[in-house]
Amino acid sequence: MNEKRKMRVATCSLAGCFGCHMSLLDIDEKLFDLLEMIEFDRTPFTDIKHCGPCDIGIVEGGVSNAENARVLKEFRDNCRILVAIGACAIDGNVPALRNNIDLWDCFQEVYLYEGGLEGNQIPNDPELPLPFDKVYPIYEVVKVDYFLPGCPPSADTIWKFLNDLIAGREPKVSYEMLRYD
Amino acid sequence: MNTTITIDGKTVPFTDGQTIMDAALASGIYIPHLCHNPDFEPHGSCKLCVVSVNGRNMTSCTMPASEGMVVASDTHELNEDRKVLVQMLFVEGNHICPACEASGNCQLQASAYYLNMLSPHFTHFYAPREVDASHPDIFLDLNRCILCELCVRASREIDGKNVFGISGRGIHTHLVVNAASGRLGDTDFAVTDRAAHVCPTGAILIKRQGYRIPIGKRTFDQRNISEVQMESSQHVEPDDERKT
Repeated sequence: MNEKRKMRVATCSLAGCFGCHMSLLDIDEKLFDLLEMIEFDRTPFTDIKHCGPCDIGIVEGGVSNAENARVLKEFRDNCRILVAIGACAIDGNVPALRNNIDLWDCFQEVYLYEGGLEGNQIPNDPELPLPFDKVYPIYEVVKVDYFLPGCPPSADTIWKFLNDLIAGREPKVSYEMLRYD
Repeated sequence: MNTTITIDGKTVPFTDGQTIMDAALASGIYIPHLCHNPDFEPHGSCKLCVVSVNGRNMTSCTMPASEGMVVASDTHELNEDRKVLVQMLFVEGNHICPACEASGNCQLQASAYYLNMLSPHFTHFYAPREVDASHPDIFLDLNRCILCELCVRASREIDGKNVFGISGRGIHTHLVVNAASGRLGDTDFAVTDRAAHVCPTGAILIKRQGYRIPIGKRTFDQRNISEVQMESSQHVEPDDERKT
């Protein structure tokens, strides 16, 4: 009998805090079980630089700059199933608190007006990604297949959700698993 | 005279003058609602309580019960409609639950949990809205206001103060404070007023009270909104309004 092909999974953090990735690691020793079922492609856990063809892409964080948008498009182009994980990817969350502050005002406040920054300037090297006027949920940029809310979702919730997804079941987020905070 | 209607196949008695919502709550049947509070006149703005009455959709909080009505409420179709309404409320305001003191005690959030809302689905408005911290004891954060007008009603009808009002049209409709300056601090609003405790979301918050209840012990951590609202419709505790 052929050994079952392992699912290929990519993850990334856009305008995220890496908290959703930490919550994934909180499944603790079940990580060994997870690695029996999946193989990681591009993720902060591996050294792979670009997302290749994958079964599942898991995106944490909203879209706040041009680099976020580029990475998100790469994930959408390569992942059969794209999952928005955590409040930031789903509604912008706390980073979106900047959406009602003028971007230029934000920059001046941080890079020019702060005490002890005399002679500073707003970073303008072309290597730096340009920020967007607002922070956007990822579903406002690309099509998203599944949503897993929480800030972050609990490890148990992520484990249950991934198990459904990997087994090809429609993932259900039960009342007990559902929270936004 | 006692007469009856049926709600989801169950026979429910009502007395003259009772709405479908009144009859349902009295019989222990939960119909999702946000702007309705049994202590106040019906409002009809949130539309969550829409039910099918003899095949037509109507708000159960405003529709008087009449003999022989056949009402459907807990159906997949109506619950999906209700979820869309909640999604509309979420994208219209700035509902950032992880940073909100009302999280876990918020009826909008609890309704979204109850209806299994996994994402707000629509394009966010990110409307610029104001926070008024001028009052010594109370915050007013319009980012979270859903225009249920419970504070307006409570202030007028119970507190006798007329602190709040609604102004503007269409999407620009917003809560206003009845003071020349428009600031809450320039009114006679008091932390003991009913209107300070009736907000179903985190739009009106008491200062220096946030995050006191540990996660796991907040109103909706253990029980869903149908259980909490059914219980509170039997006896309302004025000092614990956010649970109703």
